[in-house]
Amino acid sequence: MKVLVPVKRVIDYNVKVRVKSDGSGVDLANVKMSMNPFDEIAVEEAIRLKEAGKAEEVVAVSIGVKQSQETLRTALAMGADRAILIVAADDVHTDIEPLAVAKILKAVIDEEAPGLVLCGKQAIDNDMNATGQMLAALTGWSQGTFASELDIEGDSATVTREVDGGLQTIKIKMPAIVSVDLRLNEPRYASLPNIMKAKKKPLDEKTAADYGVDTAPRLEIVKTSEPETRKAGEIVGSVDELVAKLKEAGAL
Amino acid sequence: MQFGPTEEQQMIVDTVRRFVETEIYPHEAEVERTGEVPAELAEAIKSKCIETGFYACNFPEEVGGAGLSHLEFALVERELGRGSMALTHFFGRPQNILMACEGEQRERYLLPAVRGERMDALAMTEPGAGSDVRGMTCSAVRDGGDWVLNGTKHFISGAEHADFIIVFVATGEDDTPRGKKKRITTFLVDRGTPGFTIRDGYNSVSHRGYKNMILDFDNCRLPDAQVLGEVDGGFAVMNEWLYATRITVATMSVGRARRVFDMALAQAAEREQFGQPIGKFQGVGFQIADMITEIDAADWLTLAAAWRLDQGLPANREIASAKLYSSEMLARVTDAALQIFGGMGLMDDLPIERFWRDARVERIWDGTSEIQRHIISRDLLRPLGA
Repeated sequence: MKVLVPVKRVIDYNVKVRVKSDGSGVDLANVKMSMNPFDEIAVEEAIRLKEAGKAEEVVAVSIGVKQSQETLRTALAMGADRAILIVAADDVHTDIEPLAVAKILKAVIDEEAPGLVLCGKQAIDNDMNATGQMLAALTGWSQGTFASELDIEGDSATVTREVDGGLQTIKIKMPAIVSVDLRLNEPRYASLPNIMKAKKKPLDEKTAADYGVDTAPRLEIVKTSEPETRKAGEIVGSVDELVAKLKEAGAL
Repeated sequence: MQFGPTEEQQMIVDTVRRFVETEIYPHEAEVERTGEVPAELAEAIKSKCIETGFYACNFPEEVGGAGLSHLEFALVERELGRGSMALTHFFGRPQNILMACEGEQRERYLLPAVRGERMDALAMTEPGAGSDVRGMTCSAVRDGGDWVLNGTKHFISGAEHADFIIVFVATGEDDTPRGKKKRITTFLVDRGTPGFTIRDGYNSVSHRGYKNMILDFDNCRLPDAQVLGEVDGGFAVMNEWLYATRITVATMSVGRARRVFDMALAQAAEREQFGQPIGKFQGVGFQIADMITEIDAADWLTLAAAWRLDQGLPANREIASAKLYSSEMLARVTDAALQIFGGMGLMDDLPIERFWRDARVERIWDGTSEIQRHIISRDLLRPLGA
């Protein structure tokens, strides 16, 4: 079985996000970028499937600016076998919307014929949480979202889903699209030998036009703003004082 | 000329940075408080480092290392420099001097050290012999076919965890036109060798948990097989290999300075006094400007010295400059950062005071600033006959 893992280049989770002064989005110039953490979990899971003998090949794919190549190299350094870069934007501030990404991925699936797509449940930049689901709709494949456990046996997969208030276990038919959640695994560090090998692994470069997909945005971003700053708290001396303050604030 | 890492080098930097942030940072406060590294934690760091193939990455591939260039290894150590030395010690980097091992010494010392099975430490300094290495009184004399060692070494970092120590001792004296000169030989001494004991050293304000130990040799008997390199060839061994520790100090100083700087920068941008961020006051803003300028200068100076080693160019003076400037830069940067944090910077609720204390030793160990200046000036003046 071949596993396809879409990975997105996003602002690094350690970077303090700054909104552009005109409110048109987040400033990404000269900011550290890295692989979407949920996608890292997906890459890790794919590599584990390969190590367990349940997958033969792990193919990472990224859609975005040319620099997404670095993100793919990271996937290769973690242990993916090869990578496909689909250049769909010149400007780092151009975000390709989930539907366009899903359409391109559908075309990649038609070409590559994987038995499983493992993707992050969402990217930490826009938190859309849509690509996996849209891809399942376009392909007509089964979908298992928010996976915290995945077990593949023959032509079916058991997926434990993190749903509101608990876990739900479902059994789905392969091929499938599985979107992964935080607790599925702990991604490994790229090993030094794999880092050195990453450059020798194949990385194909294509464009969105090669797949005939129009990536023009369908959504208009009206405004981006900083979250409201938290107001300073207050330290109280006793439970009585706390109760009094809560009453004062109308919370009790 | 090319100023910038390759894709692989950037990945190395990113991976080590993440390792330090994830595996080292969370444990620093505890190590600082107790002055100890719990054995399980040390083992966990070490085994993760072995797993990822970074252990002994400064060694060539033919002995099981990763074969990184000096430049690449400098990038690794720069990122390690961000973390507590007590903990990054277990991100194993055996002394490259072990490459001098020959014959069965390779099986007993070099290869197990590279595999992470045996840890090493280096012992040169004595209470009466710091910068003046030839002033050492720790000695070995012939007795039958063996050597008998007597004397004391102190300030021996890493000895606490070492399975064997690389020890420099005097093995004779020559009369030279400039007076008597000690001959020095390098020995490999296993922990547990009769007549050899390792005990706790002093409490240092710098790098708590990265202990300095005292070694005592009391009629410690060693066969010829324990000599590393040639008998009386200790200086040759030192000159060939000991440059590495100076680059280590330089790179780690740069890494730590960058960590401190990021905190100081955030503080300058966020801390408000007199109704505005303190960074808006030139007194603080200019301080920030000077800090980053010096950090970048030290970074490039150090990487350039490592690059020269890779090119096979003479690098002794450049390494001395890198060690001198980076360690002194770190002192200025940590001091300025502390000033930006004000009173809170001195409290152990924040790591700033620790960085400030840790910085002090960098100007002393592995060749004081004065010794580095001596190396640099001698390198320039001696060819001119001065």
